[in-house]
Amino acid sequence: MKGDFKSGGRLERVLRAGAFAVTGELGPPRHADPEDVRKKAGYLLGNVDSANITDNQTAVVRMSSMAASLIAQGEGLEANMQMVCRDRNRIAMQSDILGAAALGVNNLLILSGDHQSFGDHPEAKNVYDLDSINLIRALRDMRDKGVLMNGRELPEGGRPRLFIGAAYNPFADPEAFRALRAKKKVDAGADFLQSQCIYDMGRYKRFMARAVDLGLTERAFFMAGVTPLKSMGMAKYMRDKVPGIIIPDALIERLKGVPKDRQAEEGVRIACEQIEELKAMEGVSGVHLMLVEWEHMIPAIVRQAGLLPRPVP
Amino acid sequence: MIIAERKPMNEITGFIEGKAKILVVGCRGCVTVCNAGGAKEVEILASLLRLGAEKEGRGLHADELTLERQCDPEYVEELSQLMDGRYGAVLSMACPIGPQYLARRYPEARVFPALNTSFLGGALAHGVWSEFCQACGDCVIHLFGGFCPISRCAKSLLNGPCGGSEGGKCEVSKETDCVWQLIVDKITADGTLDAFMAMDLVKDWRTSRDGGPRRIVRQELLR
Amino acid sequence: MPGRDFAPKVIAFCCQYCAYSAADMAGSMRLQYPAEVEIVLIPCTGRFDVILALRAFEKGADGVYVAGCLEGNCHFLDGNIRARKRVDYLKEGLASVGVEPGRVRMYNLSASQGPRFAEIAGEFVRDVASLGPFRDAGPLGGPDDGTGPEGTDGKMTTQSQQARGTPAGTGRETP
Repeated sequence: MKGDFKSGGRLERVLRAGAFAVTGELGPPRHADPEDVRKKAGYLLGNVDSANITDNQTAVVRMSSMAASLIAQGEGLEANMQMVCRDRNRIAMQSDILGAAALGVNNLLILSGDHQSFGDHPEAKNVYDLDSINLIRALRDMRDKGVLMNGRELPEGGRPRLFIGAAYNPFADPEAFRALRAKKKVDAGADFLQSQCIYDMGRYKRFMARAVDLGLTERAFFMAGVTPLKSMGMAKYMRDKVPGIIIPDALIERLKGVPKDRQAEEGVRIACEQIEELKAMEGVSGVHLMLVEWEHMIPAIVRQAGLLPRPVP
Repeated sequence: MIIAERKPMNEITGFIEGKAKILVVGCRGCVTVCNAGGAKEVEILASLLRLGAEKEGRGLHADELTLERQCDPEYVEELSQLMDGRYGAVLSMACPIGPQYLARRYPEARVFPALNTSFLGGALAHGVWSEFCQACGDCVIHLFGGFCPISRCAKSLLNGPCGGSEGGKCEVSKETDCVWQLIVDKITADGTLDAFMAMDLVKDWRTSRDGGPRRIVRQELLR
Repeated sequence: MPGRDFAPKVIAFCCQYCAYSAADMAGSMRLQYPAEVEIVLIPCTGRFDVILALRAFEKGADGVYVAGCLEGNCHFLDGNIRARKRVDYLKEGLASVGVEPGRVRMYNLSASQGPRFAEIAGEFVRDVASLGPFRDAGPLGGPDDGTGPEGTDGKMTTQSQQARGTPAGTGRETP
């Protein structure tokens, strides 16, 4: 993975320097007050290399990911702006890509998006003009070939210099196909990939072994998604209600074994043990910490997991 | 074929409120096959409406008639003798293509749709229907093991399955098969997986509804 | 209370393998059951269709019940299960237009249950009587207001269908 920087952003520089990268997640508020974003950015700044700014996650209306990305970057936190294919067609998405790049966003993570039936506007029409792999390729062509999807050329200085992110989920079905789907994303142009929350380390290891075999980790950076379990209740909820998440019984038993008021602490300990294991795993370039509405815990967790200080690339 | 379903009764009774005489028109096409708007369903609806009116202590004269097809001017013409203003409302039990034909041919009549078009599909078993096509106008099922990802994937992914596929079911509904599980199983078994991996299909939606209302003209069939 | 001294007209669709035989037995045992119940013999409750009940109501019935074999004992395996679902569907349909769903019911019994047949007939007639007449007043018969030239049940044919031999205004087509 040599050559010129794609974006020159912090995340890309950390990854290319071979350091174990750390990304976080920042969910924009369900209102227009920018203070909420600034406050969350404060927890993340200095503790992560870049923070994913979600795009109407779980199909709930929130401040736009581009606007929240800019507010976060104003605080000094590098944004990894997310873009889902659910809400916009290729006209709007290419337009937003040009706009985001123009405003100084370095990283763009592309997702299919949660189906709107899970969100707060289930009456909405979904778009899915393109799927995530279509859009990853389109973005790569805009950046590297300097063309829009219709073939129209972008001037040399007008190409979106973005580090292209994608998601992968080793825990959805069919298991044997998950690495191939990640390959499709790498083939399409993904520079880095972040996983769904990992709890089943055995299955994750099998996935990474296959990704290494396929040569994917030579071509793109694979980051491992970690979300500490706050309680046994949360663990059971995620296991039973969230599609594409597997939580082994052993983890639930371990949480059950500690008093309720100590379960969060135990969850963090489990996450730190996971991070230790991930640091040593072949093909894993970093961790993606998803602390949904628990952003204030980021500094403590990053410290406890021995991920500080963050390198200055 | 078109799979349709009768509208909720309160919507239908709303259509005919205050009308003393109505005509319920069925269709012997798709909606007969899917048990939504054939002669039998016409009889059931007309009978229920009459009984409901009687229960309220008012009279309702509901005539019943089923045409060969309502999406064909030739058969719609058969109503010409009846469309003399005698009916306060005409309830079409065809898919909503039918009431449009009736309303266009008989502009003075008050025509209402008694069915909703649910989807394009077929029967899986007696009494169970499922969607198989979205009329995108450019069929690609041969690239996907014979399955349609446009209509059968909740996100119309061309490069599925998404991260919500679990146990062969769609995250949107456990009742729905994940079509991408079916596709992956098929292309893995029939040896076309490599071709799928190399494929880079971006859908051109101009042939779909996105290109505007569609029309086909075949010169050799014109009179 | 409406119907205290009202004798409802009730149609009972009875399966020949059970309820109909049970009715026979009730007769030979000289058991009393309400004379208002008119029995319609069907080969299996699987033959029952909502249309049959709706026609009965349109022709003046106040209640309709379907009596089939005990579940698991259908001569045709699942005719009585299907009938139960159709009765449920019919109840929903009637309720959707404001008719009391209690005017229809599904019963299951065996051929040897003559006394149970009499009990069912009495129970259903009593329950329908408590609902009152389907129509508060007026003659029994079709709902036709007399303005239509096409016969009382509203069945119609078009000219082309006449040309195929079904004259207009002669009423019901073969179902």
